[in-house]
Amino acid sequence: MEFGILVNEGPYQHQAADSAYLFAKAALEKGHKIYRIFFYHDGVNNGTRLTTPPQDDRNIVERWSQLAEEHDIDMVICVAAAQRRGIVDPEEMKRNGKDADNIAPGFRISGLGQLIEAGIKADRLVVFGD
Amino acid sequence: MSDEQVTKKFLYVNRKAPYGTIYALESLEVVLIGAAFEQDVSLAFIGDGVYQLTKGQDTKGIGVKNFSPTYRALGEYDIQKIYVEKESLEARGLTLDDLQHLVYEDEDDDWAEKDAIKLVSAKELGEIMEQQDVVLSF
Amino acid sequence: MSMLHTVNKSPFNSDGLSSCLQCALAGSSVLLIEDGVYAARRGTQYEALVQEALKDKKIYALQPDLEARGVKSNLIDGIELVDYAGFVDLTTDHDSVQAWL
Repeated sequence: MEFGILVNEGPYQHQAADSAYLFAKAALEKGHKIYRIFFYHDGVNNGTRLTTPPQDDRNIVERWSQLAEEHDIDMVICVAAAQRRGIVDPEEMKRNGKDADNIAPGFRISGLGQLIEAGIKADRLVVFGD
Repeated sequence: MSDEQVTKKFLYVNRKAPYGTIYALESLEVVLIGAAFEQDVSLAFIGDGVYQLTKGQDTKGIGVKNFSPTYRALGEYDIQKIYVEKESLEARGLTLDDLQHLVYEDEDDDWAEKDAIKLVSAKELGEIMEQQDVVLSF
Repeated sequence: MSMLHTVNKSPFNSDGLSSCLQCALAGSSVLLIEDGVYAARRGTQYEALVQEALKDKKIYALQPDLEARGVKSNLIDGIELVDYAGFVDLTTDHDSVQAWL
């Protein structure tokens, strides 16, 4: 089956990002596909490459990036939620006149339509949040 | 919008009050964008979610945008099914009169103006939930 | 085939579980995850609610979340434990999934 996954909370603050990751990994291990992982609300903070968690802790952002690379997963950060919270890719940096970008590898910024599309195209949409 | 014309039943579940957190506002943003995809959309307001629909919200004193008028625009986005859970409303000492009057124009009935809010029991809402393909909760 | 409901909050902190159980139809399933797993224990004030639900619904709890919280013992009879692979199976075995956030 093909899954869509919605992540509504940021890393470390709430378990949702961990639950979503472990669910995605288990689904892939069982031979399922992931159509898209969509990050919304504070979930957009999963996509900043500027986090520096303690050495002995999991690196949530890097973990997502690796998962995306290994399994060619489309990971989308909502543009409206990202603008509010300062998650920026090079294009957004230019458009909004910012002095830096911070998006992590494997993530892309796009519109909410991508979430609806995931709901339409995937066989199951699973939501993780607060 | 979609090339294959797939129509799925989408339910947006709202269980959080407005302003204390951003969930209600950002959920509404998804509903408005989602309307363009011409799916079969329903909204459910349960628990503190019913507070999103109350009349008379005035946010001047907290310096936050009052987004409650946006609910009245949902009819223009052809959103016709707004379910409010009866038990949640009653538990909060509210009646339908405390909520905004939300309407839509019924294309199949000579564009007659109809109430979008439907008061349903938890069990009726459970039946509606079971019919959905996609449930988005925020 | 029916709906899988997920509940991720402690019943002591949120009406997610009680609201879910009010709506969930007979034959549907409820999976307790994250802080939701505290409802799986015997002897809490929510045990009666869970027992009642077990009469016509399946209730599951995510084992890694129980273990993480040190509450994997003394669970209500009838609650089935699953790991993440089992969580995935539950989503495919049901027609749709609703998270009670």
